[in-house]
Amino acid sequence: MKRALAYMVLTLGALLVIYPFIWMVGTAFKTLPESMGGSLSPLPQTWQWGNLSATLQAAPFGRYFFNSMVVGITVGLCVVLTSLLAGYAFARFSFRGRGVLFGLVLATMMVPFEITFIPNFVVITRLGWYNSYAALIVPWCANAFGIFLVRQAFLSLPEAYYDAAVLDGCGPLRFLRHIGASMVKPTLVTVFLFAFLGSYNALLWPLVVTSDPSMGVVQVGLASFVLDSGVRLNLLMCASAFVIVPSILLFLVTQRYFETGALGSGLKE
Amino acid sequence: MSLWVGFSDGLDRVLAWADGHLVGRSGRPEGGRRAALCLLAPTLLLLGVFGVAPIVSTVLLSLFDLRYGNGAFAGLGNYQEALQSSAFWNSVRVTAWYLVGVVPTTIGLGFVVAWGLMHVTRGRTLFRTLYFLPYITSAYAAALVWRALLNPQGGLANGLLEWIGLPTQQWLLEPRGLLHVVTGGAVAADMGPSLALCCVMAFDIWHGLGFTVVILLAGLSAIPQELEDAARIDGAGVLQVIRHVTLPLLTPTLYFLLLIGTISGFQAFNSFYALTQSGGNTLGTTENLVIYLFANFYDNGRWGYGAAIATLLLVAIIALALVQARFARRWVHYS
Repeated sequence: MKRALAYMVLTLGALLVIYPFIWMVGTAFKTLPESMGGSLSPLPQTWQWGNLSATLQAAPFGRYFFNSMVVGITVGLCVVLTSLLAGYAFARFSFRGRGVLFGLVLATMMVPFEITFIPNFVVITRLGWYNSYAALIVPWCANAFGIFLVRQAFLSLPEAYYDAAVLDGCGPLRFLRHIGASMVKPTLVTVFLFAFLGSYNALLWPLVVTSDPSMGVVQVGLASFVLDSGVRLNLLMCASAFVIVPSILLFLVTQRYFETGALGSGLKE
Repeated sequence: MSLWVGFSDGLDRVLAWADGHLVGRSGRPEGGRRAALCLLAPTLLLLGVFGVAPIVSTVLLSLFDLRYGNGAFAGLGNYQEALQSSAFWNSVRVTAWYLVGVVPTTIGLGFVVAWGLMHVTRGRTLFRTLYFLPYITSAYAAALVWRALLNPQGGLANGLLEWIGLPTQQWLLEPRGLLHVVTGGAVAADMGPSLALCCVMAFDIWHGLGFTVVILLAGLSAIPQELEDAARIDGAGVLQVIRHVTLPLLTPTLYFLLLIGTISGFQAFNSFYALTQSGGNTLGTTENLVIYLFANFYDNGRWGYGAAIATLLLVAIIALALVQARFARRWVHYS
């Protein structure tokens, strides 16, 4: 009885939570009058598959998507690398000032980027990076959250693995490359996922450091499409779906790593 | 393929050399420091240049009356202007209402969902995935969907109200207070958050709920089942168990969520930008601090003034985090 109630509440809540997505996909394939009609049914009477190509013709979404992928994947890989190295150093080496340094790294997590973007923008323009991939990528190649997760993962590995490898004549760096990295793989996938999504979903920074349409990422492209598309709601929803669906797919593919990577080691304590 | 083998081989030799020379055969002490600094170098460089240095420069920039990069030293002029500006105080009020509305509601709803998930046997992963989806999607794109749903002309929200037989609303275009609208005008229109702001808050609760649920699930599964069982056997009802066993044991997680929620609440931008910009006029009732900062920087080119707002924002975040840390001693139990 109690369980039935729990299922009912959870199902109702889940439907409410995902309804906007269902509505988005349905509306994306409605005719224009149907999409504006305030109809309670989320699904189109007949699916207008032509909306897809109409959207892609209305704005260079292919180009935006390409830019977002280049930026997001590069950022993700760089963050994985820097987090792996730094997290390993914080977990496995003892040196003076380690605690203070780690505290400082964590402190950067407390300062939102919205506060520091003006000087960052000045630095980027001085470097001549305005309107370039470098501007979109380089500032995001290290983040405290990734370091935190990797450090936790290494701390939770049994010391015995490490000691055995060292006894066999394997130094700490080769241990990291051949054994350590693969043992924290779920965490690395999680770090990649969050870094990629952070970059892919960012709007303010790309708005600030790019103006050339050929450098536009999907979020900026979507923002300018809002102004261009006027009242073509069906196409706007099609474009939104185009932006949202890849991140959902990526999450579903990497979800099983995420479970062990973020829930298993990182966020408890 | 042979290129990769060559690369891999080379990398291994470099690492073996570094292990021998940087770390030293003995293993840890001084060699460990050198090796650790090498490993940390890229991170420290990046975080230093793009994370720590900008905090200092923001404070410095805030002392100049910069317009598009040109301008003279202004001392505390920017701060003086901000503190005397009604638009600034309005954005402070909007941010405060937003925090008060979003942070506790998200944690409360998140607890209901997480608690429910702990007590169902099948489909937990599926439910969790569904609740998590909004969190991973672009706030901007998702907000466009909400904007369409809340469109006064032909939006779904008004469609529902008409269907039930209630008067339709202006939603995101409504600058009058939520209480004013709900009570049919019994409360003054400028009391409390505007209906438009409440819509933005509802959106961000929806968007952030999944994260809260996932964190709470991790916290809940760390609580030993025996404790709840023991309380049940002693005759405690469900609510009593939650009140006296579950919640006290969950306080470290709740504190973490409160802190993270407050920090991200201060920096809300995408949702405000997508839901209320280039729309109707909500008389500034949906202009929070970051939107105000961004408008001054982007539209008016007032870099120095923007930096002053950013500095005030940082001070507010630190102050609130310290206050929360102080109160945390009273209500957070670490086992």
